[in-house]
Amino acid sequence: MTKLPPTTRTARLKPLGLWAAPLIFLGLFFFYPLGAIFRLAIDAALEEGLTTAVLLRVWRPLGFTLWQAFLSTLLTVVVGLPAAYVFGRFEFIGKGVLRVLTTLPFILPTVVVAAGFNALLGGRGWVNLLLMNLLDLNTPPIQWMQSLQAILLAHVFYNTTIVIRVVGAAWAQLDPRLEHAGRSLGASALRNLWEITLPLLLPSLLSATLLVFLFDFTSFGVILLLGGPRFATLEVEIYIQALQRLNLPLAGLLSAVQLACTLLMMLAYSRVTARHPAVSLSPRLHGEGTHPLRHWREGLLAAVVVTMLLVLLVSPLAALGLRSVTRLEAGRGERAEVQSGLTLAYYRELFINRRQSLFYVPPLLAGRNSLVYAAATVAISLPLGFLAAYGLARRTAFSHRMEALLMLPLGASAVTLGLGYLVVFNRPPLDVRTFPLLLPAAHSLVALPFVVRTLHPVLLSIPGGLRQAAAVLGASPFQVWRHVDLPIISRAAVVAAIFSFTISMGEFGATTFLSRPEAPTLPVAIFRFLSQPGGLNYGQAMAMATLLMGVCAAGILLMERFTQNGH
Amino acid sequence: MNRKHLRFPYWLFGLALLLVALSACASAAPEEPPRLTVMTHDSFSVSEALVTEFEAAHGVKVEFLLSGDTGSALNRAILSKETPLADVFYGVDNTFLSRALEADLFESYLSPLLASIPPAFRLDEQNRALPVDYGDVCINYDKAYFEEHALAVPQSLEDLTRPEYRGLLVVQNPATSSPGLAFLLATVAEYGEDGFADYWRRLRENEVVVVSDWEAAYYTNFSGSSGRGKQPLVVSYSSSPAAEVIFAPAPLEEAPTASITAPGTCFRQIEFVGILRGTQKRELAEKFVDFMLDVSFQEDMPLQMFVYPVNSEASLPDEFIRYATTADQPAQLDAARIAEKREAWIEIWDEVVLR
Repeated sequence: MTKLPPTTRTARLKPLGLWAAPLIFLGLFFFYPLGAIFRLAIDAALEEGLTTAVLLRVWRPLGFTLWQAFLSTLLTVVVGLPAAYVFGRFEFIGKGVLRVLTTLPFILPTVVVAAGFNALLGGRGWVNLLLMNLLDLNTPPIQWMQSLQAILLAHVFYNTTIVIRVVGAAWAQLDPRLEHAGRSLGASALRNLWEITLPLLLPSLLSATLLVFLFDFTSFGVILLLGGPRFATLEVEIYIQALQRLNLPLAGLLSAVQLACTLLMMLAYSRVTARHPAVSLSPRLHGEGTHPLRHWREGLLAAVVVTMLLVLLVSPLAALGLRSVTRLEAGRGERAEVQSGLTLAYYRELFINRRQSLFYVPPLLAGRNSLVYAAATVAISLPLGFLAAYGLARRTAFSHRMEALLMLPLGASAVTLGLGYLVVFNRPPLDVRTFPLLLPAAHSLVALPFVVRTLHPVLLSIPGGLRQAAAVLGASPFQVWRHVDLPIISRAAVVAAIFSFTISMGEFGATTFLSRPEAPTLPVAIFRFLSQPGGLNYGQAMAMATLLMGVCAAGILLMERFTQNGH
Repeated sequence: MNRKHLRFPYWLFGLALLLVALSACASAAPEEPPRLTVMTHDSFSVSEALVTEFEAAHGVKVEFLLSGDTGSALNRAILSKETPLADVFYGVDNTFLSRALEADLFESYLSPLLASIPPAFRLDEQNRALPVDYGDVCINYDKAYFEEHALAVPQSLEDLTRPEYRGLLVVQNPATSSPGLAFLLATVAEYGEDGFADYWRRLRENEVVVVSDWEAAYYTNFSGSSGRGKQPLVVSYSSSPAAEVIFAPAPLEEAPTASITAPGTCFRQIEFVGILRGTQKRELAEKFVDFMLDVSFQEDMPLQMFVYPVNSEASLPDEFIRYATTADQPAQLDAARIAEKREAWIEIWDEVVLR
């Protein structure tokens, strides 16, 4: 009689081993620099003193931050959930391409998104011009730039992919027989959804909602560029106080408030998940849960969802791509005809260092740098995320506390953290000027919560009995992992890798203070073009953004193909 | 079945460590010349050949640390001044100069090249901050718009409050944008400390559009740029029309935009360079400051950064002479007074224009 694995003993001993690497990583790249800035802020506050007038400066942005994050998250989930269902349940032509396209918004720098929205919805954007021509109007009917609507729209544009990826992956993994059983017992489709499907999806849904909320909560570029100066979130206020006014005490206070809010949210999240623990189910084979569109109602639903995604997520991308090959006539003014023909001039110009500038960025080099950084980010965050997710899966009191800690970087102020890097990483080997891995490390801080949140629910859904059965049948520990865990988590792992990859490709915040001119990335190149006037600069920025989308799409496709062939 | 129940893919972690170690090794090159680090803002640019020449002449490798916009770069330098990240800092302008001097960021350096720089640019008597270039922040207009509407181009700040220009002007938030701050200062110079709030109240009534930064104002809102926005008037630089010609997708005879340079409508930004206190490479740093003030760098700047040289021996490129203008009478405001009141003025502006 063989002994069962001593699960109780390992559960007590192993967490520390699992947690060591993620903790060291967080300590060095998150708490250490953040602590240094808080110390500076406290020193300055003691010297200058904080007055009660300051409280108003915290209260005003805090209220707006929570309000817009709440609305944005709600809208994102409303758009994302039906999409996750369609992606998780049905097979249809173009599904793969559409899934990649809906991921692309995630990588785009805000300046480029603002330009894309402007090309589409701006006063002289294509939608307005079309409506003006059709309805014979003199003024543009849609005036959405610089408003709360623009902020919400941009947040939906950016974050819907989180819901699609996280919830969609879980949906595809659900055992369809449960729903069949419900249906044959006479439950309506709605009751099935409410009493079987949603409770099973709850862990993934909560994970996705939390991620989306934290992203909206710390939103910066969208608020500044699309909302305009009348709107300020905590992060925008931190930026103004820390980097423009050098008011460290106030910036420190605002950052602390932001962190405290994140912690509170995490605690609430832990409460909810503790009350609704994940149900372990026999996971299904890849593709078993999905089927072609069978009924006209399914076809209609898919058509509605696909149209919605095309309008909300894909059309701004298309506007950018189109703009990068469109020549505008020299004279401008208010004439209604917009373009005069197609051109590849902007792409050709990318390859020419016309001004012999030291800071000229060859597009291929920028693309390569971006890819190398993104690959390094995946290589750092995926193993760390695996360790942490396995640690969390032990469900001890310690791991519950760690859960909150892991998510903190998402709610921390990027501006404050960036200043912290400058203050502490100033001598070899960890030197912002020379150490090449500082940038991927900073990207990994943001990517790690995504990896953990993506892997964690799936790990919980693996029934312990499966592993024990395999062990009883004589499988080595590695074989157990290889043949039980891996097939089940591989799809979630790809989702996690794609998140890490895209976060790194599009991230610009950390790049501004950690970028090294000798290793520029694609977003850095886009910003250099947009910082000077002139049609060629604008066109080249659009061309570079289109290249960024192309490189990223290729990367995502490659990762998805890789796992599909693996099974 | 007595082997340890291994659940976790430790080999993955090992693989990652290996990758990390490899990439770290790959980037460490042997035997390097001494490095001189120059901290500056994101808009900095220079011809490659000039830097290579400097490096060869002094046996040094020059590294540039691009650190955000004007305000961010300076504040990063101040925050890291205990253990300076660089030897030279370039890019503090006259609106931020006193903050840099108060923070005691720079060491004095009496460069021999200061002799060719007019005294009007030398705002720091102790030569801790040395002038390098200047640019005028002026309102740019979309020529075609004014022609089509047979509308006269505004000729003063006061004109902008008239009904025919309702909703036509886009400006930047002075709290987040350096041209935005410069334009606010021009209005303070024109209407005085007590009158500028009222002026902005009237501008607000005339539906002035406010955005966060120059990129949004110029590329999203301005109708004269490639972004084709709605407003034909934008706060930008007097050199922007020249850039529109130089960076036109098809060759242009005439700039599509022009700047308003009437007396008192523009604000002159002067940018400075300084040697960061505590540098271990004082001698090389001096050489680099000289290099920036010398004629070849000064003549390179206009087409790289679209600013004007302060060295009176430097001549302007053809495009600048033909398409760009400078203000004859830019708004005058004492640097010390700017330093003292900047935050208060921004607060007032914020209350009047945004709330």
